[in-house]
Amino acid sequence: MVDATSPTAGRILEGPRGSKPKSRLSRRNIFLYGTLLLVSIYYLLPLYVMIVTSLKGMPEIRLGNIFAPPVEITFEPWVKAWAEACTGINCDGLSRGFGNSVKILIPSLILSISIASVNGYALANWRFKGSEVFFTILIIGAFIPYQTMLYPIVIILREIGLMGSLWGLVLVHTVFGMPILTLLFRNYFTSLPEELFKAARVDGAGFWGVYFRVMLPMSIPIFVVAMILQVTGIWNDFLFGVIYTKPETYPMTVQLNNIVNSVQGIKEYNVNMAATLLTGLVPLVIYFVSGKLFVRGIAAGAVKG
Amino acid sequence: MTLADTARVSDNPVRRPKQLFRNLSAKFASIPMILTALVVFVGGTAWTVAHSFTKSRLLPKWDFVGLDQYERLWNSNRWIISVENLLIYGVCSLVLTMVLGFTLAALLDRKIRFEGAFRTIFLYPFALSFIVTGLAWQWILNPDFGIQGVVRNMGWESFTFDPLNDPDIVIFGILIAGLWQGTGFVMVIMLAGLRGIDEDIWKAARVDGIGITKTYVRVIIPMMRPVFVTALVIIASGIIKLYDLVVAQTNGGPGIASEVPAKYVINYMFEAQNLAQGFAASTMMLLSVIIVLVPWAYLEFGGKKRG
Amino acid sequence: MNINSHSVEVRDLDLHFGEVKVLQELNIDIHEGEFLVLLGSSGCGKSTLLNCIAGLLDVTDGQIFIKGQNVTWKEPSDRGIGMVFQSYALYPQMTVEGNLSFGLKNARVARDEIAKRVARAAEILQIEPLLKRKPGALSGGQRQRVAIGRALVRDVDVFLFDEPLSNLDAKLRTDLRVELKRLHQQLKNTMIYVTHDQVEAMTLADRIAIMKGGKIMQLGSPDEIYNRPQNIYVAGFIGSPAMNMIEGRIDNGHFAGHDLSLPLDGYEFERTDHHAGPVAIGIRPEHVLTGDAVETAAAQAEVEVQIVEKLGSDTLVHSTLGSLNLRFRMDGLSRVTEGDRLRIGFDTSRASLFDAVTETRL
Repeated sequence: MVDATSPTAGRILEGPRGSKPKSRLSRRNIFLYGTLLLVSIYYLLPLYVMIVTSLKGMPEIRLGNIFAPPVEITFEPWVKAWAEACTGINCDGLSRGFGNSVKILIPSLILSISIASVNGYALANWRFKGSEVFFTILIIGAFIPYQTMLYPIVIILREIGLMGSLWGLVLVHTVFGMPILTLLFRNYFTSLPEELFKAARVDGAGFWGVYFRVMLPMSIPIFVVAMILQVTGIWNDFLFGVIYTKPETYPMTVQLNNIVNSVQGIKEYNVNMAATLLTGLVPLVIYFVSGKLFVRGIAAGAVKG
Repeated sequence: MTLADTARVSDNPVRRPKQLFRNLSAKFASIPMILTALVVFVGGTAWTVAHSFTKSRLLPKWDFVGLDQYERLWNSNRWIISVENLLIYGVCSLVLTMVLGFTLAALLDRKIRFEGAFRTIFLYPFALSFIVTGLAWQWILNPDFGIQGVVRNMGWESFTFDPLNDPDIVIFGILIAGLWQGTGFVMVIMLAGLRGIDEDIWKAARVDGIGITKTYVRVIIPMMRPVFVTALVIIASGIIKLYDLVVAQTNGGPGIASEVPAKYVINYMFEAQNLAQGFAASTMMLLSVIIVLVPWAYLEFGGKKRG
Repeated sequence: MNINSHSVEVRDLDLHFGEVKVLQELNIDIHEGEFLVLLGSSGCGKSTLLNCIAGLLDVTDGQIFIKGQNVTWKEPSDRGIGMVFQSYALYPQMTVEGNLSFGLKNARVARDEIAKRVARAAEILQIEPLLKRKPGALSGGQRQRVAIGRALVRDVDVFLFDEPLSNLDAKLRTDLRVELKRLHQQLKNTMIYVTHDQVEAMTLADRIAIMKGGKIMQLGSPDEIYNRPQNIYVAGFIGSPAMNMIEGRIDNGHFAGHDLSLPLDGYEFERTDHHAGPVAIGIRPEHVLTGDAVETAAAQAEVEVQIVEKLGSDTLVHSTLGSLNLRFRMDGLSRVTEGDRLRIGFDTSRASLFDAVTETRL
């Protein structure tokens, strides 16, 4: 114990002691949180405007302010967007586009991820002469503007009889998803300890044995990341949808654009916004549910790429 | 080597397997990748480039006309406007997404509360498609009901903010939407880069008495050079694909004021039935990518060989 | 030559990665039941050689025989080997039992036979209580036992160890080292063991192969390696602190250099005792005589103490003799301090003499 009456103890007690006093409202904090809040408003505004518009009736929209909350909440626009909105001669709403998108999404997801994961695994663990060359071409291919490949793919799809069908689009998504997914899986499998692969070889597992029994069970997170990447990517696609499908098989984004930007009839902004929100719903749900994994997915795809 | 050894070598029962058949499963499994790389990427691109020298219209035909298509392309007012638009959009978008993305990342990296909430807010537009983005901003920028309308209703009758209908500034209207959609993505890359920097660097800077801003400018940003470069390459290759956003927000209008090259290509190939013109325009897009990418690839991989 | 007495034979093995020659003209015969340690610093090719024997790397040229069978192009699982890795390489999603039985299931061994072998391995390694756990729930030492068990259940003749103890802390490493030795005595399998740790090599090995640059520098028992290093590299590699190397010439039955003249009466020359060119004599720090023993030495010198490192069991002294640096050991209780002048003696019968040009032992 220090004797409080001794001269040194006095000196110790006088000086700063304990935790440093902090003011919550320091100038630094006001600046920091102020900036962040301001930016947040910019980011949230469109979503807010879309939601309130979709809940208003047309008379209210014509008279009022797009930022004002609805005086009278109506779900009529949502129902109309989903079931009645017209594109050309079809008046069965976005539900058809939604169905098409689901029918495109699920096989594309399965096909692209299974092919890319096996590719990535082969590239990480079973390199053969030339495998790196093909991989390099694949990655460079990811930077080539799609426009230079669009027409040759039309020819290929026509030749194999898939032009205009959902399966043709599935194939296109599988092809264009391949570079990023293969990279993702290759990097992931490379990061797994090589000794694990060797141990499995000594234990007598072959190419598929190692993949299904050892690698796959260890790679659930990366499969989830790949799924998030693909669901948002395929769902949000417009270009391939508009080129490789026909009106009956248009995915949701294409149909949405046709509904909103159609020149005929009077503009129903509330229905348009409801339709827009409906189309954005699937990726938004994925985004809010997956949280950290979504961030991990795009960061992995980007920083390593 | 003794005699016994030589004998053993010759009647070696295990033959060296044929090179082609070794690792067969891996080769079999790589067929989709090889087909994609060679047939679609290399083959498709080469086919398009080759046919850009023909006068194919409705159907691809092999009648060589040299550089005619390119001459027409560069004499076309619509193409010139497209290229100008892309340049303006590209430069602004690159600079602004990088600056804003890094600033936001740096702010989030200051050990703040609710970091997760802010990050979620800044990133969610990236989950949305360009179509949704374009339509949302088309509505907000609507002259009658959007920002301009609201301000005028508040009594400021002469207020004018109608970018989507003003040919001079329409591309900036698209830029606002593009930034809204993509900045969060750059922020996430930057944040990952910032998190990758050793904590000890910050400690050392603090001990040396270097201020926060100065540490960012003099120490952190130079250290993050690779992250900036990857972000740059990714943004740049995204900009050149700019298409959906324009289609949704303005469909190239007013008039042809907001046309972009990708849209030019698709219109000529699939609507105007002038295939070769579309091929020539897409070859120009490819060329611009090469001009951007080759110096980068050279700087990045040229000097040193990476395994 | 009776090939059956050899468990593993490596014949003229070459391995090139492009231009880089990783292994060159390697030849080793490993006897049945022998514990062979491949020792060397990182990049010397020791692990590469082990991977070639395991069949995990394709050799460029040469042959590998296991139990008289040419296995050069066989799959790893068909070679009759078990392997233990540095990172344990346990399958994280399988239980310990699953890890042990994975190889047997792949080989389509009958279910009751698998159970029997797993039980036996678990008993030998004392991991029975862990069988239902996953590797994530095990300590480092337990994981390494499971990894050894995975090799054990395969019921093979040859065990390959790739730095199995490197990831463990010092205390555990010593314990498991003793256990490995016991295991070898019990099982009497051939074991090939890669390490960079010379203590592990000296304590475990029947024979040690010291490698450098893809070549074997010396293959011999720990005793031979330590006492009769065949070249300067091996002499310098083995022993800590390293051997003192003094350059000079042989002159009239004496080593002469750095103002020293050391009589070579007691030295057993392996080749020639009349070597005209420059030579180097190597004297281990523990073979420098100090204290009362100095008087018995045929050659003596006075050194100046520069640095004293107290290690507890003994004291390591760094000293200078003119321009020459000399390290030697003294008793743990000795009271030398920096700046002291000290008389030391040399015992040349335990020294090693090398041709300074070819670097081989004389």
